[in-house]
This record gives sequence, C-alpha cells and structure tokens, in this order.
Amino acid sequence: MAKRSFLIPGVDKRLLIKDSIKTMPDVTRRRFIAGGASLGALTLLTGCDVVDSSSADALLAKISKFNDAVQDFIFNPDALAPTFPESAITKPFPFNAYYDLDDAPEVDGEAWKLEVRGLVDNKKSWTLPELTKLPQFTQITRHICVEGWSAIGSWTGTPLRDFLKLVGADTRAKYVWFQCADKDGYNSPLDMRTALHPQTQMTFKYANEILPRAYGFPMKIRVPTKLGFKNPKYVVSMEVTNEYKGGYWEDQGYNSFSGS
Amino acid sequence: MSSLTVTDEHISAKPAKVIQPVWVRVMHWTNAFAMILMILSGWQIYNASPLFNFSFPREYTLGGWLGGGLLWHFAAMWLLMVNGLAYLIAGFATGRFAKKLLPITPTGVLHDVRAALTFKLSHDDLSVYNYVQRTLYAGIIVVGVLIVLSGLSMWKPVQLHWLVTLFGDYPTARYVHFFCMAAICAFLVIHVLLALLVPKSLRAMIIGR
Repeated sequence: MAKRSFLIPGVDKRLLIKDSIKTMPDVTRRRFIAGGASLGALTLLTGCDVVDSSSADALLAKISKFNDAVQDFIFNPDALAPTFPESAITKPFPFNAYYDLDDAPEVDGEAWKLEVRGLVDNKKSWTLPELTKLPQFTQITRHICVEGWSAIGSWTGTPLRDFLKLVGADTRAKYVWFQCADKDGYNSPLDMRTALHPQTQMTFKYANEILPRAYGFPMKIRVPTKLGFKNPKYVVSMEVTNEYKGGYWEDQGYNSFSGS
Repeated sequence: MSSLTVTDEHISAKPAKVIQPVWVRVMHWTNAFAMILMILSGWQIYNASPLFNFSFPREYTLGGWLGGGLLWHFAAMWLLMVNGLAYLIAGFATGRFAKKLLPITPTGVLHDVRAALTFKLSHDDLSVYNYVQRTLYAGIIVVGVLIVLSGLSMWKPVQLHWLVTLFGDYPTARYVHFFCMAAICAFLVIHVLLALLVPKSLRAMIIGR
C-alpha cells in the first residue's frame, strides 16, 4: 500500500512541513522528511495503512466541525476565566510564534491604523492614540497554548464588545475576523459570542507597559476563553462577517473553536 | 508457569457457561481500540511541549504533527467517553461491579499478591476474580475516570473551572493526566502479559466462554 501523507485538504504541504520541522530535533527532522507525516504508529503496528489516509482525514475534519458545535453549545457567555494576583504572573512571559523573535513584525505605531470592515456602521480606521483614549481595564489571566504549556500574564486594554458597540457592529453576525502583520499573513476568526465575552480585550499594554514587539505591538486581541493561537498579535484589521474566512492555523487543522 | 496455565479439561467436562457477557466483550474491545488511539495521539500532543526531559519516539505517535494528534485525540475521546460511561452504568446497574470486584480486603490482596509472585495464584474458575485482579480492575476504572476528568479540565479550563479546582490548577491537571496515562500503560503491559499466560481468559473475552 502506498504511503500517503496525513494532511488537511487545502493545506500547502511544504509550508506546513517547513513550519513543523523547525521545532524538531535534527534526527527527527530527517526521519520526518523521509517518511512523510504518515499515520505513524498505526502503520507501524499493522505493517500497512489500516485506514485510507484521505478518508481518515475527511472523517477527522468532520468530527472537528462537530466539536466546534459542541463547544459553541457548552460555551457560557457569562463564565469568566479565572483571574490571578500579580504575584502569580509568569516571568519572563514566553514569546511564542511560528518564527523567531528577530522575525517578529516591526509595526510603526505612528503610521499604524486599525482598519474596521464588514457589517459595521462606521468603517473609519483608528489610529493608536484614538484607540488608547478608550477606557481600559487590566486583567491577569492564564494563557493556554495549544501545545499544552500555559503562562499567567497581565494584559490591559479595552473590552472588544465596547469597541464593537462603538463602531455599530452587527453583533448578530457570526464572526469577527482579524488580520495581522505577521510574516506569511496571520489571520484568525473569532465567533461573535466569544467576541462579546466581557474578558475579550483589545490589548495595548502588557504588565502595565506599552505592548512590546514580542507580545504584539501595537495591538493584540486577548481572549482568555480561547487557546493562545486564537489570540492574534500585530492586528491590522478586523472584519465583522457572516462568512467563515478561515485562519492561519485553523486551515492547517487546529480546531477552529478551540475554546477553553 | 505451569500452575498458571490451565488446561481446557475443566471447561470441556461440563457445559460451558458464559464468563464474559456480550456487552462486556463489546465494550472491552471498543475501549481497547479507543484507548490505544488516545495514548498514541496523546504522545504526539505531549511531544509538542514535554512535561519531562524526554519525548516519545515519533514511530509511536499518531497524527504526524501536533494538529493531527489533536484531531485524533478529540475524535477518539468521544468513543472512549461514551463507551466508558455506558460501561460504568451497565457495571453498576447489572451488579457486575459489586459481584466481580467486591469485596477487596487488605488480607485478601496481600495473600493473592504473595501467591502471584510465587506463581501459585490459580485461575481455575475464570468467573471469580482473585484479589490481585479485583484490585487492578477496580483501580484501572478509577484511573479511567480520573484521566477523563483531568482531560476534560484541560480541554475546558474556563467552562469547567470547578473541575480544574478539583485538581488544583491547570498545570496540575496536566500532570494528573500524564500519570494516569502512565498507570494505564503499566496496566496494559501486565494485563496483556497475564492474558497471554492464561489464554483461556483471552478466549473468554473474545467468544465469551
């Protein structure tokens, strides 16, 4: 039986492999490239592919969609993520991205504008001074990465739901879709109920200091009810939309709701 | 060894009785399948951010990369949870747990552990579990419940924050999840070894008699 690589349909295989192997030790890297991202152990145990890879992919994608629906169903818009005292903050708070810190976007705060598009009354773009004039709150919450590690940090900014109200967003729409300045263009959809969650924040400060480049200057969306990859950094635009526009990691197979 | 392997004479002499009812057999093998998927995909997820100074060999992981491992893990969890819940309900409702696993007395356990270690523990009557079996089977059910609860609290640490509190905090739930997996793997090794030493017990789990 010919080995077929296990990947999500529509994903650029080479890009994905390039991303993944960066995190692997050398020996693993070589083996990974030689063997392809197969079903691994199951293939090994049985000596052949027990399941046809592409139909397994399709089934797994379907179950992931089902899991989106389940998570949406059990999502309680009033359930708050636990908050912590300042003494609990993880120091140093880890930098995390699919690129090195040296490759992180350098956004010029003077020239930067937040573009607001889609189902909103006021489509004006916002400068940084305009945004930071809005009332801000600080919350210390746990950031949980899809990889399993977690870290507690302090983020300060404006509740996204206040901003959505301010720009006259149609809050019956399904998603707020964020686009970022990351290399290769990061983007991520956020379901409207999570966007309206009281702790979902347009973040301008980390640990009471202007958001450093490592953590997403000039603006990050901090969503303590989602995994880290659904907390976009270096945000350049938001679009209120009914259309599912996909996301950088979501398109590669991470569960789209990924709520905590 | 010879005292552990039992010939088929006992069974063929009298009409065979059903040792493992069909619901136990179906749920046992469903659980075995789901558990292996969960363990292999779980190792893939573990490797993305190891808790200890080691990773699992790639050959023994499922999914190819973290995203694939997560897809398998969050798919197989339904099979594991639905089957496990049905097993718990059936086990209590039919009285099988009470009949097969109880009582577990310290003296009984000590006696049978000593017998097992000196290869004197007999399996003449497959329908009665000795104290080593009772302890292992009851224990693994508790571990199974714990691994699901710690897993759920890692999956939904905000919605199920009360569950996280039960374990302490999110990172602790991760460790609990890991050690439950380790316990299940250890059980799996012993369980499979013993089943191979007493082949008719394996046969009973396949054809019932």
